[in-house]
Amino acid sequence: MDSSTYLDMELLRFTTAGSVDDGKSTLIGRLLFDSKAIFQDQLEAIERASIKKGEEHVNLALLTDGLRAEREQGITIDVAYRYFHTPKRKFIIADTPGHIQYTRNMVTGASTANAAVILVDARHGVIEQTIRHAYIASLLRIPHVIVCVNKMDLVAFAEDTFNRIQKQFMDFSANLDIQDVRFIPISALLGDNVVDRSKNMDWYQGPTLMYLLENLYISNDNNLLDARFPVQYVIRPQVTEYHDYRGYAGRVASGTFKVGDKVKVLPSGFSSTIKQIDFGKESIESASAPQSVTMVLEDDLDLSRGGMIIPIENGINQSQDIDVMICWLSEKPMVLGGKYALKHTTNDLRCLIKEVKYKVNINTLEKDYDDKSIGLNDIACISLRTTKPLFFDAYRKNRITGSLIVIDEATNITVGAGMIQ
Amino acid sequence: MKRFSINHLRELESESMFVIREVAAQFENPVMLFSGGKDSIVMFHLARKAFAPARVPFPLMHIDTGHNFQETIDFRDWLVEESGVQLVVRYVQDSIDKGRVVEETGYNASRNKLQTVTLLDGIEELKFDCAMGGGRRDEEKARAKERFFSHRDEFGQWDPKNQRPELWNLFNGKKNMGEHFRVFPISNWTEMDVWQYILMENIAIPNLYFSHEREVFVRDGVLYAKTPFMQLKDSEQPEKRIVRFRTIGDATCTGAVESYASSIEEIIREVAATRVTERGSRADDKRSEAAMEDRKIEGYF
Repeated sequence: MDSSTYLDMELLRFTTAGSVDDGKSTLIGRLLFDSKAIFQDQLEAIERASIKKGEEHVNLALLTDGLRAEREQGITIDVAYRYFHTPKRKFIIADTPGHIQYTRNMVTGASTANAAVILVDARHGVIEQTIRHAYIASLLRIPHVIVCVNKMDLVAFAEDTFNRIQKQFMDFSANLDIQDVRFIPISALLGDNVVDRSKNMDWYQGPTLMYLLENLYISNDNNLLDARFPVQYVIRPQVTEYHDYRGYAGRVASGTFKVGDKVKVLPSGFSSTIKQIDFGKESIESASAPQSVTMVLEDDLDLSRGGMIIPIENGINQSQDIDVMICWLSEKPMVLGGKYALKHTTNDLRCLIKEVKYKVNINTLEKDYDDKSIGLNDIACISLRTTKPLFFDAYRKNRITGSLIVIDEATNITVGAGMIQ
Repeated sequence: MKRFSINHLRELESESMFVIREVAAQFENPVMLFSGGKDSIVMFHLARKAFAPARVPFPLMHIDTGHNFQETIDFRDWLVEESGVQLVVRYVQDSIDKGRVVEETGYNASRNKLQTVTLLDGIEELKFDCAMGGGRRDEEKARAKERFFSHRDEFGQWDPKNQRPELWNLFNGKKNMGEHFRVFPISNWTEMDVWQYILMENIAIPNLYFSHEREVFVRDGVLYAKTPFMQLKDSEQPEKRIVRFRTIGDATCTGAVESYASSIEEIIREVAATRVTERGSRADDKRSEAAMEDRKIEGYF
């Protein structure tokens, strides 16, 4: 490999969701194997392990099941991250287990993904778990959804089976907010349409899965319009050379900032101008999401961690009362009227759970206005009151300034993932 | 709207800088673990970038097994002087002398596992509430399930089945007294990313990574350097070969590879063509299928 081609690669993060036994591990094993991300010693190790367990074939699932309990029980417990690259892109797979009790892992994997690969078993078609996976992809605003109809070899590579599943999916997903959805008929076991084009399905003219992953257009997925810079840390070198230096370190959440831009700082509301943008030891002219930089302003203002820099002409929502779609991640049920710690951008505050508006049945997507009990893996629309005003965008406009986590103050465990309405 | 895109190395770089700054903001007394290997060198480079023009606001800690390659120690001392960072060193030998651990015996004796006790004692003694490490998820399958922010109980243990969910870029570093965190800023990097980044940023690394002549011997299919820390069997005949190291750890468990790669570009070409993982030459991982998981649960790096 030539070093310059590698430097031109883009990063694509995707999540894989499927139910038990629909061949997800085989598909990931195939992607890793065909892109040469599996090494000889890894393959030998799983060959040894497969023989020890008395299995007939090399079990590619052993590659992804990293913990002893997972190997012993033959299930995946946690989100596992996998890496591979082709000459065009580097890929990060958030591999999430499919069983019902692990919705929280799927939400975790989906939160940073550009794309979701949802597996459907061609023999079973769209089932409840498919609906749940698609709903979570839409709720978490994953920009691209790829539905792989797997095990086509077991339905004689029949075009009408594929078409029927595609129609089933489109029918229910019409109610969901998915921006871009594609369908591919595959056989992960035999490799059809994964990396190489299938010789068994001439009727399918679309791209293979690998081609699609390599070519999805992702540069527009970030919010390019509303510039947001949550302040993470204030840099004040205690040396004579930089005596008056006061830099605001952070990662651009969305949009672009340029030297000379007129900006407003929150929460004070004062305005200033960007004097300098530093990246390491160099100064740069502009910074865009997702760059980590340090900003220096013309004026000495009261601004610290938890604050935000935004363009002067561009407004942001501000409120102590917010409506949130919450996914509950803890075995301990949510307490209505309870107080929790809350993290939003670089802000730490507290909140009170005021009201449960409705709960979503994630298998039928119906709203339930009567059931107010929120437990593990439930998704609901709730109202919160925060201890101080939050500066936010709706999650559907901005995944960074629109997301929050809720933390149990007694155990410090993250118990809720919230998307601001 | 003008299209903006950055390459994957710049995106990983920004992600890691964000994580390191979160550590500085969320913890009172963090420390960065430094082994002298390429991953910790890259992590420290990212930390310097994250806080420039100020100095890195936390010290480095080296857990010294006493079985190091001299080149690693020389490089460490040079980097500390060049950057002005504060370095603390804790010695496995001290843990042995105090009776906290017992040295392994036999031909495959290694201090690798003993490091965990020295590390946990160091964290407790110096009251660090967060230790950053250069672990990567692509290194080993137990690491693939590790969080960026990994909670450790008052015994320093990792509970892999009960990890905190980690969503978006919201890192929860809340903890009770006596507990601490392990944070892995370069979780999402692969071995190739690390080498490409070293090339792109022109980062200095120890000479051990480049091709050189060295006295080595073969044991269990792995090439080991002849050092005073390794007891040779009668059948093992040291000989001079042209080698380099893909990873740098304790001399007793780090294997060499035969190689003529003498520049970063050549190393990258070699890594791209190789069919064995970098930890394939690490005896510490070969002890059992769950060797890494077991050590991590106890509090290993």
